[in-house]
Amino acid sequence: MQRLWKIFSKGIVYENPLLMLMIGLCSAVAVTSSVANAVGMGGAMTFVIVFAELVISLFRKLIPNDARIPIFIIVIAAFTTIIDLSMKAYLPELSKSLGVFIPLIVVNCIIMGRVEAFASKEKPLDAVVDALGMGVGYTWVLIGIAAFRELLGNGTLFAAQVMPEAFQPILFFTLPPGGFMVFALFISFNIWLKKAMERRAAAPAKEAA
Amino acid sequence: MNVIGIFLAASLTDNVLLMRFLGLCPFIGMSADVNKSVGMGLAVTFVMVMATAVTWPLYHFLLVPLELTFLQILVFILVIASLVQLVEFFLKKNVPSLYASMGIYLPLITTNCAILAVTFDNISKGYGLLESVVYAVGVAFGFLVAMVLMAGIRSRLRTAPVPKFLEGTPILFAATSLLATAFMGFSGLIK
Repeated sequence: MQRLWKIFSKGIVYENPLLMLMIGLCSAVAVTSSVANAVGMGGAMTFVIVFAELVISLFRKLIPNDARIPIFIIVIAAFTTIIDLSMKAYLPELSKSLGVFIPLIVVNCIIMGRVEAFASKEKPLDAVVDALGMGVGYTWVLIGIAAFRELLGNGTLFAAQVMPEAFQPILFFTLPPGGFMVFALFISFNIWLKKAMERRAAAPAKEAA
Repeated sequence: MNVIGIFLAASLTDNVLLMRFLGLCPFIGMSADVNKSVGMGLAVTFVMVMATAVTWPLYHFLLVPLELTFLQILVFILVIASLVQLVEFFLKKNVPSLYASMGIYLPLITTNCAILAVTFDNISKGYGLLESVVYAVGVAFGFLVAMVLMAGIRSRLRTAPVPKFLEGTPILFAATSLLATAFMGFSGLIK
């Protein structure tokens, strides 16, 4: 249990794919102008990474080493197609506002990276837990950035008015430059968080010594 | 829309990196010096135009008549991946000097989302073949310009005093934010 928790939790702060490993950035800045988009993108991404890691982990002994990259791409593309078509059918509005970024999950380096580094070597259960950790780590950053941007840039959350009437929306935050700026602050925040956690982990060890 | 309009829109007002956030990974990873960023930019241009020239006919003359359009994602990514491989083999054999300077960037291009996005855009925007190729060249040019500008900024940043909490990667994004603000000035260029 503890071992699984360790696999799960590393994706959230220590090896956060967006803020620490700096991969899969494109979608993170692009879809975060509203919280609803961020939730949709995070959900779609988590779906694809969980199933891709599960399938590849199940077949890891059958996949020849030389042909692994094309096989990974096909598996990832298949699940991306599934989520893309399902969203078009059941959530047409969300699908329209996310646009090209749903099909682009297929080239998201987070999935390729985890499949290559983790799922192709580990047991299915571990792989699914790892995928969930990465998915949650990706989604919290997306929702955090989106909440920040939507609140300041539009005065709303989930399209509902939150800020008082007198609040003048700061348009900068909904525009592309605002996305980059908020992302910069989030990386800075995560570095601080990681250092704080390391200090806390080191403190009792020092007392014991 | 005329061809020049497509080119300007693709390269400046809708700059692929700064306005649409595509291809950020190589943008952050590869912009450390000007030569590398030019190499990456040229390699992307090459693959982007090739990918467009292959995927557009493939979609309109094969997938549409066979009613296989739901395989679009799968087919396009495979085309790009194999194209990158082919280009790599070709350069290695015939133009070794170019391969030596461009070789390391080529494998990275398969996972450059800008290329896949361009091939999707061409279909969803309903462009013809010529327009698609012009669009691809425009996007690639915009990518190259942004890469080179960023490389220039980074060489200045090395000697600049950076606030402590922004040291490392955060300052790169903060600088990108300012660069994107500058590019917003182009938005009046095209109606």
